[in-house]
Formats: sequence, C-alpha cells, structure tokens
Amino acid sequence: MDTTLSAQIVYQRPQSLTEATMHYCPGCTHGIAHRLIAEVMDELGIRERTIGVAPVGCSVFAYNYFDCDFVEAAHGRAPAMATGIKRLLPDRVVFTYQGDGDLASIGMGEIVHAAGRGENISVFFINNAIYGMTSGQMAPTTLPGQKTTSSPQGRDVETMGYPLRMAELLSNLDGAGYVVRRSLHDPKNIRMAKKAIRLAFETQLRGLGFSMVELLSTCSTNWGLSPLESLKWLEEHMIPYYPIGDFKVAEPLKELKV
Amino acid sequence: MPAKGWIEVNEKYCKGCELCVSECPQHVLALDMARLTPKGYHPVALIGDGCTGCGICAIMCPEAALTVFREVPQKVPA
Repeated sequence: MDTTLSAQIVYQRPQSLTEATMHYCPGCTHGIAHRLIAEVMDELGIRERTIGVAPVGCSVFAYNYFDCDFVEAAHGRAPAMATGIKRLLPDRVVFTYQGDGDLASIGMGEIVHAAGRGENISVFFINNAIYGMTSGQMAPTTLPGQKTTSSPQGRDVETMGYPLRMAELLSNLDGAGYVVRRSLHDPKNIRMAKKAIRLAFETQLRGLGFSMVELLSTCSTNWGLSPLESLKWLEEHMIPYYPIGDFKVAEPLKELKV
Repeated sequence: MPAKGWIEVNEKYCKGCELCVSECPQHVLALDMARLTPKGYHPVALIGDGCTGCGICAIMCPEAALTVFREVPQKVPA
C-alpha cells in the first residue's frame, strides 16, 4: 500500500448564497450571519423549500444574497408576513432576518405577538446596539452611556430609558420553543451560533413553536472603530449586558445532538 | 508532520477587513498591499508556510470569500 497526497476541500462558499457581492461594510458581521444561515440550509437540505422574509435596515437586500425564495416585508412586519406564509404553506421552512431597529423598535408588537401565538417560524435577530443603515442613531438596544448620533452625550437612562433584552423578554412567552442569544465575535462563538441556527430550524421542522436566535453583532462604521476593534468592543461592552445563553429550550430539543 | 493546507481567496468578495488575519492560529495571513480587488480593497493572502487548513479564517470571513484546502494522505493499492 502506497500513500499519496490528495487535496481535500475543508471549506467552500455555501451553495445557499448567491454569487452577488454583499453591500455590507468591510468586517460587518451581517456577512457571518448570512453565511451561517446558508451553511445550515445546505446541511439540512431545505433550500428548495425555504422562504425567507427580509427586513428593513442594513439587511434590506438580504433577498439578493440568499439563493432561496425571499420576500421583503414592511418595516418591522416580517414576523406578521412570515406568519401568513407559514400558515398558508405549512410544509415550507419560513425564517425572518431582522435587525434591532426592525425587530425591537418598530416591529416590537409583531414579534411579541408572533412569539405569543407560538407561530412555527424561525427568527434571526441581529443586535448591534445601533441603527446602522440610517447612520448610527440610538436603538432600543443601545447600551447605557453609549454615544450615538442621536445621543451624543451617551445614552442617559433617566431620560432615554434602558436597553431591551429581547431574548429574555420573548423567552417568557409560552409560545416560544427555542430562544437563545449568541455572539459573532470569535470562532468559538461563531460555531456556537451556527449550532443555535441549526436548532432554530430543527425547532421549526419539528413543529415546536416559535424560535429565535439573537446574534450579537458589530457595526464598525457607526461605532467609529475598525472591524477588529469592534469585535473587542462587542466582547467587552455588549456581552456583560447581553449575556450569551439559552433562555428557553423545548424539552424534545434538549436530547438533540447537532 | 502537521497537515499541509492552503487557501484560495476570491478577490471578487474579499474586502480586506482583516478578521481572518487576527484569528489565524499560524499567523500566516496578511493583506497583500501590492494588489487591489475590483472593489478597491487590498485582499488577504498567505504570507508563508505553515497553513494547516484548519479553516478558522473561513469561519471568521463575513464575505465567504475563502476556500480552504488540505492535503490528506490517501492509500492507493500497489
């Protein structure tokens, strides 16, 4: 027996991403989130029956980047639209991809009621503590003291209130089957995020109710930092306020190994 | 002997954000200052031997611009 060396592909661009180049700023973790969702769609083999719902915000063009069926919702109304699609076509896998302005601000009513009704949809929530697309205003998730263009002295909790912890909030609703928070700032956490995205789809495929994965994300342009500094800022400032963890995991999912 | 690997960078996608550069466990990645991508960024490139094909750069890459290869020994009947 002789041995020869042959080239093996360890990683390649997932098939569920189109060939379009993304419009995101260099180092934006939206790209990582897109890639993970596409990888999970490839792994589960559900691309042909997946329907995504795009939000308003930086990720408004998500439909150009995923190679599956996609619709664009009005601002904040992605969970309502996903509800309609899922009820009409229950054999499809329906997910929404929303930022913090879309989900936690204007779309607060839709997301809470979709979770409360236990709609069998998956929600991917990108939390970067700022409004990215409109040039860095204060979001509901902006940290206390964080400077933004609409809170130039830092967020003063006496007048501007406290940030919303969406994962904790939605995990209290009975309709939710899987609600977790993950971060996208280093390889370990990105791997954990991918597992969570996989479990969110598994929740939906098993009909266990509403699933949401909150992904802590960066906005280097509006934070005024380099892509590498933003990852550090996320780790040092956001994770203490938004702890990574599982807030609700339905019983049948606990035995699942992915 | 550690596994030998290499990466291919699709310059259509790479935006030179350096997220892969900082996480590379072998420190063999850097921006290629002599090249520009069609978008006008300096693309990332291998700067030395030692790549093991671990794929951590691809895990960090927000643009899915990297393809990672590894040499694996395969037995062939004599």
